[in-house]
Amino acid sequence: MTLEWQVFLTDDGGGRTYLEWLLQAWGWTLGVALAAWCVAIPCGALIGVMRTLQGAPVLSRLGQAWVELFRNIPLLVQIFLWYFVLPKLFPAMQQFSSFWLVVIALGLFTSARIAEQFRAGIESLPKGQRYAGMALGFKTWQLYRYVLLPAALRIILPPLTSESMNLLKNSSVAFAVSITELTMFAMQAQEETSRGIEIYLAVTVLYMISALTINRLLTWVEVRLRIPGQPSSKGPSLTTGH
Amino acid sequence: MLNLDVSFLSWDLFNKFILKGLLFSLELTAVAALGGLFFGTLLALMRLSNSKLLKALSATYVNGMRSIPLVMVILWFYLLIPVLIGKSIGAEWSAFITFIAFEAAFFCEIMRAGIESVGKGQKMAAQALGMTYAQSMQLIVLPQAFRNMVPVLLTQTIVLFQDTSLVYAIGAYDLLKGFVTAGRIYGRPEEVYLLAAVVYFVMCFGLSTFVKHLQRKMSLV
Repeated sequence: MTLEWQVFLTDDGGGRTYLEWLLQAWGWTLGVALAAWCVAIPCGALIGVMRTLQGAPVLSRLGQAWVELFRNIPLLVQIFLWYFVLPKLFPAMQQFSSFWLVVIALGLFTSARIAEQFRAGIESLPKGQRYAGMALGFKTWQLYRYVLLPAALRIILPPLTSESMNLLKNSSVAFAVSITELTMFAMQAQEETSRGIEIYLAVTVLYMISALTINRLLTWVEVRLRIPGQPSSKGPSLTTGH
Repeated sequence: MLNLDVSFLSWDLFNKFILKGLLFSLELTAVAALGGLFFGTLLALMRLSNSKLLKALSATYVNGMRSIPLVMVILWFYLLIPVLIGKSIGAEWSAFITFIAFEAAFFCEIMRAGIESVGKGQKMAAQALGMTYAQSMQLIVLPQAFRNMVPVLLTQTIVLFQDTSLVYAIGAYDLLKGFVTAGRIYGRPEEVYLLAAVVYFVMCFGLSTFVKHLQRKMSLV
């Protein structure tokens, strides 16, 4: 079997080559993943903090419900819900493009997993940290802003890195609602050209490059933020995932 | 505002469309979990062996699988299997092979952590008793490693069960496809998506609650 890479220079019938289409699809993948990341991190941090608040059982329960809801429904089903069901239930959502609906779906799905990491990070800090902050007269938001979160964030950077890579991989599920990201490109271009192996190889390599870049970038952040004299983390912790 | 109408639900619909999909999803989950556990344990033993070649092979396989989206892996196998064996085997069989191969990479990491969690003294004691490598692994180390990792293995199985919905990409008839088909035939797509979400949620939440209970019980031992 020989590989024919010229397939990428042929026209796809719409005035662009498959190479151009591939790069556009890569752009969509990165766009979906980045936008969803911007939804997932603040939401995840907020929910994670809610679950660790002392003397606020309602908020803590609410955070727990959020995590269980988004963790126990397959991502594909969640995307269908956001894409097909919610706009019917709430007509105002019909103005959202499919891009934003997928971004919200993927972002909230990931937020539940990130919330768990924030919670674990905050809970792993010695209790004395919280008490010391309270003894200094910090208000709750000051306690989190100046004492707990800076320490917890450094602890959870390695799992956060692998969750960010998961997010990139999960963006492939957007194919189901016709966003022409890399996976959708792979399926369509394979059908049109019958050069599946070349197409899939190119897409797979782009996914690997993207994942590696995220890994390097966040590892660099981790090294920059490391507090001198503190032991470095023991590498990525064991997490289940896709 | 959409009016939800679930009056079309009946046993007949369940038997005709959902049951077949549910059974396939459960079968796929069970086969992939057991197959993945078997090959994952082999990969973990390779990774922890003294041979540089075996180590590198296992690491390349595991890291490769973990850096590609599952949907792409599903598509790859669906494309390559017919090329390699010369005939088409259908989406369902392709899904079985794909999920075993994919999950092996994830179960490998879990079993590796499990084997490393068994105290060194256990292995030394086995050697001192004159056991061979195979005997010490089979009789001493692996049973303990497996036992330590039961909660993590079950959690991964819940994730796996959710992931089986991705066979949508190659059109295999799983639980989700059962709901989608029923929705199309009865003209009620919104209701069936909601229903699918409820069914997946109840199953996964139930199992994860059980895992938490198990974890608590085990930590007392």
